[in-house]
Amino acid sequence: MTIKVAGEQKQMADGITVAGLIEAEQVENPQYVTVSVNEEFIDAGDFASHVLNEGDEVEFLYFMGGGR
Amino acid sequence: MAFTNEQLERYSRHIILKEIGVKGQKKLLNATVLIIGAGGLGAPAALYLAAAGVGTIGIVDADTVDLSNLQRQVIHTTNDIGKRKVDSAAETMRAVNPDVTVNTYYDFVSSANIMDLIKDYDFILDGTDNFPAKFLINDACVMAKKPLSHAGIIRFKGQLTTILPGEGPCYRCIFKDPPPKDAVPTCKQAGVIGAMGGVIGSLQAMEAVKYITGVGELLVGYLLTYDALKMEFHKIKLPPRGKGCAVCSDAPTITKLIDYEQAACELKH
Repeated sequence: MTIKVAGEQKQMADGITVAGLIEAEQVENPQYVTVSVNEEFIDAGDFASHVLNEGDEVEFLYFMGGGR
Repeated sequence: MAFTNEQLERYSRHIILKEIGVKGQKKLLNATVLIIGAGGLGAPAALYLAAAGVGTIGIVDADTVDLSNLQRQVIHTTNDIGKRKVDSAAETMRAVNPDVTVNTYYDFVSSANIMDLIKDYDFILDGTDNFPAKFLINDACVMAKKPLSHAGIIRFKGQLTTILPGEGPCYRCIFKDPPPKDAVPTCKQAGVIGAMGGVIGSLQAMEAVKYITGVGELLVGYLLTYDALKMEFHKIKLPPRGKGCAVCSDAPTITKLIDYEQAACELKH
Protein backbone atom coordinates (compact mmCIF):
# COMPACT_ATOMS: atom_id res chain seq x y z
CA MET A 1 0.00 0.00 0.00
CA THR A 2 1.02 3.60 -0.47
CA ILE A 3 1.29 5.99 2.44
CA LYS A 4 2.72 9.47 2.66
CA VAL A 5 5.64 9.88 5.06
CA ALA A 6 6.83 13.45 5.64
CA GLY A 7 5.16 14.45 2.38
CA GLU A 8 6.76 11.64 0.35
CA GLN A 9 4.84 8.70 -1.15
CA LYS A 10 6.18 5.39 0.14
CA GLN A 11 5.32 1.74 -0.43
CA MET A 12 4.78 -0.13 2.82
CA ALA A 13 3.52 -3.62 3.67
CA ASP A 14 -0.19 -3.87 4.34
CA GLY A 15 -0.96 -3.84 8.05
CA ILE A 16 2.17 -1.97 9.06
CA THR A 17 1.83 -0.21 12.42
CA VAL A 18 3.22 3.14 13.49
CA ALA A 19 5.89 1.25 15.44
CA GLY A 20 6.73 -0.76 12.32
CA LEU A 21 7.03 2.39 10.26
CA ILE A 22 9.31 3.97 12.87
CA GLU A 23 11.58 0.96 12.50
CA ALA A 24 11.37 0.86 8.70
CA GLU A 25 12.19 4.56 8.46
CA GLN A 26 15.04 4.23 10.98
CA VAL A 27 13.73 7.14 13.02
CA GLU A 28 16.39 8.71 15.22
CA ASN A 29 15.72 8.56 18.98
CA PRO A 30 12.44 6.69 18.35
CA GLN A 31 11.40 6.81 22.00
CA TYR A 32 11.14 10.62 21.83
CA VAL A 33 9.50 11.10 18.44
CA THR A 34 6.00 12.55 18.12
CA VAL A 35 3.91 11.01 15.35
CA SER A 36 0.88 12.42 13.60
CA VAL A 37 -1.34 10.42 11.27
CA ASN A 38 -3.74 12.43 9.13
CA GLU A 39 -3.10 15.50 11.29
CA GLU A 40 -3.82 13.76 14.59
CA PHE A 41 -1.19 12.93 17.17
CA ILE A 42 -0.89 9.26 18.10
CA ASP A 43 -0.16 8.43 21.75
CA ALA A 44 3.22 6.77 22.09
CA GLY A 45 1.49 3.92 23.92
CA ASP A 46 -0.53 3.21 20.74
CA PHE A 47 2.41 3.08 18.30
CA ALA A 48 2.54 -0.72 18.36
CA SER A 49 -1.21 -1.18 17.89
CA HIS A 50 -2.06 1.67 15.50
CA VAL A 51 -2.32 0.10 12.05
CA LEU A 52 -1.76 2.38 9.07
CA ASN A 53 -4.07 2.41 6.09
CA GLU A 54 -3.68 3.14 2.39
CA GLY A 55 -3.36 6.88 1.82
CA ASP A 56 -2.51 7.76 5.42
CA GLU A 57 -0.33 10.82 5.87
CA VAL A 58 2.29 10.33 8.54
CA GLU A 59 4.60 12.95 10.01
CA PHE A 60 7.46 12.50 12.45
CA LEU A 61 8.14 15.47 14.73
CA TYR A 62 11.52 15.58 16.41
CA PHE A 63 12.91 17.33 19.42
CA MET A 64 15.43 20.01 18.47
CA GLY A 65 16.95 21.56 21.52
CA GLY A 66 19.66 23.77 20.07
CA GLY A 67 19.55 27.49 19.53
CA ARG A 68 22.48 29.22 21.15
CA MET B 1 4.70 60.49 15.62
CA ALA B 2 6.12 61.94 12.44
CA PHE B 3 9.07 60.38 10.68
CA THR B 4 12.29 62.34 10.41
CA ASN B 5 13.89 62.55 6.97
CA GLU B 6 16.53 60.15 8.20
CA GLN B 7 13.87 57.62 9.22
CA LEU B 8 12.09 57.97 5.88
CA GLU B 9 15.36 57.12 4.21
CA ARG B 10 16.35 54.37 6.63
CA TYR B 11 13.02 52.55 6.33
CA SER B 12 12.34 53.45 2.68
CA ARG B 13 12.46 49.80 1.53
CA HIS B 14 9.81 48.93 4.10
CA ILE B 15 7.69 52.00 3.49
CA ILE B 16 7.55 51.31 -0.24
CA LEU B 17 6.04 47.86 0.42
CA LYS B 18 2.28 48.26 0.18
CA GLU B 19 1.82 45.71 2.99
CA ILE B 20 4.02 47.72 5.37
CA GLY B 21 3.96 51.38 4.37
CA VAL B 22 4.21 54.25 6.83
CA LYS B 23 1.56 52.64 9.01
CA GLY B 24 3.40 49.35 9.32
CA GLN B 25 6.70 51.07 9.99
CA LYS B 26 5.06 53.05 12.81
CA LYS B 27 3.77 49.79 14.26
CA LEU B 28 7.33 48.40 14.20
CA LEU B 29 8.72 51.52 15.90
CA ASN B 30 6.08 51.23 18.61
CA ALA B 31 6.54 47.47 19.09
CA THR B 32 8.36 45.58 21.81
CA VAL B 33 10.00 42.18 21.26
CA LEU B 34 11.80 40.03 23.84
CA ILE B 35 14.55 37.75 22.55
CA ILE B 36 15.53 34.99 24.97
CA GLY B 37 19.06 33.80 24.15
CA ALA B 38 21.62 35.98 22.36
CA GLY B 39 23.12 33.10 20.42
CA GLY B 40 22.72 31.19 17.17
CA LEU B 41 19.04 32.04 16.74
CA GLY B 42 18.88 35.22 18.79
CA ALA B 43 21.82 36.91 17.04
CA PRO B 44 20.37 37.08 13.52
CA ALA B 45 16.87 37.69 14.88
CA ALA B 46 18.12 40.62 16.96
CA LEU B 47 20.05 42.11 14.03
CA TYR B 48 17.07 41.99 11.67
CA LEU B 49 14.60 43.28 14.25
CA ALA B 50 16.93 46.15 15.18
CA ALA B 51 17.51 46.97 11.52
CA ALA B 52 13.74 46.84 10.93
CA GLY B 53 13.23 49.51 13.57
CA VAL B 54 11.43 47.48 16.23
CA GLY B 55 11.28 50.23 18.83
CA THR B 56 12.11 48.24 21.94
CA ILE B 57 14.05 45.00 21.98
CA GLY B 58 14.74 43.10 25.19
CA ILE B 59 17.50 40.52 25.22
CA VAL B 60 18.00 37.85 27.90
CA ASP B 61 21.19 35.82 28.32
CA ALA B 62 23.37 34.81 31.26
CA ASP B 63 26.43 33.93 29.21
CA THR B 64 29.59 35.67 28.04
CA VAL B 65 30.94 35.62 24.49
CA ASP B 66 33.23 32.66 23.84
CA LEU B 67 35.47 32.03 20.83
CA SER B 68 33.40 28.93 19.96
CA ASN B 69 30.27 31.12 19.63
CA LEU B 70 31.58 33.21 16.74
CA GLN B 71 31.08 30.49 14.09
CA ARG B 72 27.35 31.31 14.19
CA GLN B 73 26.48 34.10 16.63
CA VAL B 74 26.93 36.90 14.14
CA ILE B 75 25.96 39.74 16.48
CA HIS B 76 29.22 39.28 18.44
CA THR B 77 32.75 39.91 17.15
CA THR B 78 36.20 38.68 18.08
CA ASN B 79 36.69 41.84 20.13
CA ASP B 80 33.64 40.92 22.23
CA ILE B 81 35.11 37.71 23.65
CA GLY B 82 34.62 37.71 27.41
CA LYS B 83 31.89 40.37 27.32
CA ARG B 84 28.37 39.64 28.49
CA LYS B 85 26.44 38.51 25.44
CA VAL B 86 23.58 40.87 26.27
CA ASP B 87 25.98 43.84 26.30
CA SER B 88 27.73 42.79 23.11
CA ALA B 89 24.37 42.25 21.38
CA ALA B 90 23.01 45.57 22.65
CA GLU B 91 26.07 47.46 21.38
CA THR B 92 25.69 45.95 17.90
CA MET B 93 21.95 46.62 17.76
CA ARG B 94 22.42 50.25 18.83
CA ALA B 95 25.15 50.65 16.24
CA VAL B 96 22.89 49.20 13.52
CA ASN B 97 19.97 51.41 14.49
CA PRO B 98 19.99 54.20 17.10
CA ASP B 99 16.16 54.31 16.91
CA VAL B 100 16.02 51.11 18.92
CA THR B 101 15.85 51.01 22.71
CA VAL B 102 17.59 47.87 23.93
CA ASN B 103 16.86 46.40 27.36
CA THR B 104 19.36 43.84 28.61
CA TYR B 105 18.72 41.08 31.15
CA TYR B 106 21.89 39.27 32.23
CA ASP B 107 20.11 36.24 33.63
CA PHE B 108 18.84 32.72 32.98
CA VAL B 109 15.09 32.41 32.60
CA SER B 110 13.41 30.53 35.44
CA SER B 111 9.96 30.15 36.93
CA ALA B 112 10.91 32.98 39.29
CA ASN B 113 11.58 35.63 36.63
CA ILE B 114 9.94 34.59 33.34
CA MET B 115 6.50 36.12 33.90
CA ASP B 116 8.09 39.41 34.87
CA LEU B 117 10.43 39.34 31.88
CA ILE B 118 7.74 38.76 29.27
CA LYS B 119 4.99 40.94 30.69
CA ASP B 120 5.93 44.21 28.95
CA TYR B 121 6.63 42.71 25.53
CA ASP B 122 4.30 42.24 22.54
CA PHE B 123 6.09 39.22 21.07
CA ILE B 124 8.52 36.68 22.51
CA LEU B 125 11.24 34.96 20.50
CA ASP B 126 12.74 31.76 21.90
CA GLY B 127 16.40 31.45 20.97
CA THR B 128 17.42 29.18 23.85
CA ASP B 129 19.46 26.02 23.58
CA ASN B 130 17.87 23.64 26.05
CA PHE B 131 14.57 21.90 26.69
CA PRO B 132 13.94 23.14 30.23
CA ALA B 133 14.04 26.73 28.93
CA LYS B 134 11.96 25.95 25.85
CA PHE B 135 9.20 24.30 27.93
CA LEU B 136 9.33 27.07 30.53
CA ILE B 137 9.02 29.80 27.87
CA ASN B 138 6.16 27.97 26.14
CA ASP B 139 4.22 27.48 29.37
CA ALA B 140 4.79 31.07 30.51
CA CYS B 141 3.68 32.46 27.14
CA VAL B 142 0.55 30.26 27.19
CA MET B 143 -0.27 31.40 30.74
CA ALA B 144 0.39 35.07 29.96
CA LYS B 145 -1.21 34.77 26.48
CA LYS B 146 1.92 36.11 24.79
CA PRO B 147 2.64 35.35 21.13
CA LEU B 148 5.78 33.23 20.80
CA SER B 149 8.13 32.13 18.07
CA HIS B 150 9.58 28.77 19.07
CA ALA B 151 12.57 27.31 17.23
CA GLY B 152 15.23 24.65 17.52
CA ILE B 153 18.33 23.82 15.50
CA ILE B 154 20.76 20.92 15.45
CA ARG B 155 23.41 19.74 12.96
CA PHE B 156 22.01 20.55 9.48
CA LYS B 157 18.40 20.81 10.61
CA GLY B 158 16.12 23.43 12.08
CA GLN B 159 12.45 23.94 12.81
CA LEU B 160 10.08 26.60 14.05
CA THR B 161 6.47 27.29 14.87
CA THR B 162 4.54 30.36 15.93
CA ILE B 163 2.31 30.04 18.96
CA LEU B 164 -0.69 32.29 19.53
CA PRO B 165 -2.05 31.09 22.87
CA GLY B 166 -5.77 30.36 22.70
CA GLU B 167 -5.69 30.23 18.90
CA GLY B 168 -3.22 27.57 17.78
CA PRO B 169 -1.32 24.64 19.26
CA CYS B 170 1.61 25.22 21.62
CA TYR B 171 4.98 23.49 21.95
CA ARG B 172 3.57 21.17 24.60
CA CYS B 173 0.77 20.09 22.25
CA ILE B 174 3.55 18.59 20.10
CA PHE B 175 5.92 17.43 22.84
CA LYS B 176 4.32 16.53 26.17
CA ASP B 177 7.43 16.71 28.33
CA PRO B 178 11.12 17.47 27.93
CA PRO B 179 13.24 14.44 27.07
CA PRO B 180 15.42 13.14 29.93
CA LYS B 181 18.65 15.10 30.14
CA ASP B 182 21.26 14.01 27.61
CA ALA B 183 18.73 11.76 25.83
CA VAL B 184 18.58 14.12 22.85
CA PRO B 185 21.87 15.79 21.90
CA THR B 186 22.49 19.52 22.18
CA CYS B 187 24.35 21.63 19.61
CA LYS B 188 27.38 21.55 21.84
CA GLN B 189 27.40 17.77 21.76
CA ALA B 190 26.22 17.26 18.18
CA GLY B 191 27.33 20.43 16.36
CA VAL B 192 25.33 22.82 14.23
CA ILE B 193 26.11 24.45 10.91
CA GLY B 194 26.57 28.18 11.51
CA ALA B 195 24.20 29.41 8.82
CA MET B 196 21.36 27.33 10.34
CA GLY B 197 20.93 29.96 13.05
CA GLY B 198 20.80 32.55 10.28
CA VAL B 199 18.07 30.70 8.38
CA ILE B 200 15.85 29.83 11.32
CA GLY B 201 16.55 32.95 13.42
CA SER B 202 15.73 35.14 10.41
CA LEU B 203 12.46 33.25 9.94
CA GLN B 204 11.66 33.95 13.59
CA ALA B 205 12.35 37.65 13.00
CA MET B 206 10.08 37.47 9.93
CA GLU B 207 7.26 36.06 12.04
CA ALA B 208 7.75 38.83 14.63
CA VAL B 209 7.58 41.49 11.90
CA LYS B 210 4.46 39.87 10.38
CA TYR B 211 2.78 39.66 13.78
CA ILE B 212 3.55 43.30 14.58
CA THR B 213 2.44 44.64 11.22
CA GLY B 214 -0.47 42.20 10.81
CA VAL B 215 0.74 41.17 7.38
CA GLY B 216 0.29 37.73 5.84
CA GLU B 217 -0.28 34.39 7.52
CA LEU B 218 1.64 33.39 10.60
CA LEU B 219 3.13 29.95 11.12
CA VAL B 220 0.38 29.14 13.63
CA GLY B 221 -0.75 25.52 13.55
CA TYR B 222 2.27 24.42 11.55
CA LEU B 223 5.79 23.22 12.28
CA LEU B 224 8.14 24.30 9.51
CA THR B 225 11.18 22.08 9.25
CA TYR B 226 14.33 22.72 7.23
CA ASP B 227 16.86 20.12 6.16
CA ALA B 228 19.93 21.87 4.75
CA LEU B 229 21.52 18.71 3.35
CA LYS B 230 18.44 17.81 1.31
CA MET B 231 17.72 21.52 0.85
CA GLU B 232 14.11 20.89 1.77
CA PHE B 233 11.55 22.88 3.70
CA HIS B 234 8.55 20.91 4.95
CA LYS B 235 5.47 22.42 6.55
CA ILE B 236 3.76 20.00 8.92
CA LYS B 237 0.14 20.77 9.72
CA LEU B 238 -0.46 20.34 13.44
CA PRO B 239 -3.67 19.13 15.06
CA PRO B 240 -5.85 21.85 16.56
CA ARG B 241 -4.89 23.45 19.86
CA GLY B 242 -5.33 22.01 23.26
CA LYS B 243 -6.61 18.51 22.60
CA GLY B 244 -5.38 16.93 25.82
CA CYS B 245 -2.55 19.47 26.15
CA ALA B 246 -1.42 19.76 29.76
CA VAL B 247 -0.95 23.52 29.53
CA CYS B 248 -3.06 25.02 26.73
CA SER B 249 -6.23 22.91 26.83
CA ASP B 250 -9.32 24.44 28.36
CA ALA B 251 -8.77 22.27 31.46
CA PRO B 252 -4.99 22.42 31.93
CA THR B 253 -3.26 20.13 34.42
CA ILE B 254 -0.15 22.34 34.45
CA THR B 255 -1.09 25.62 36.09
CA LYS B 256 2.26 26.45 37.69
CA LEU B 257 5.58 26.96 35.94
CA ILE B 258 8.07 24.10 36.14
CA ASP B 259 11.87 24.36 36.40
CA TYR B 260 13.03 21.15 34.76
CA GLU B 261 16.49 19.89 35.52
CA GLN B 262 19.10 21.12 33.08
CA ALA B 263 21.61 18.73 31.56
CA ALA B 264 24.85 19.27 33.43
CA CYS B 265 26.85 19.88 30.28
CA GLU B 266 24.53 22.73 29.35
CA LEU B 267 24.94 24.71 32.54
CA LYS B 268 27.99 26.57 31.39
CA HIS B 269 27.04 27.26 27.81
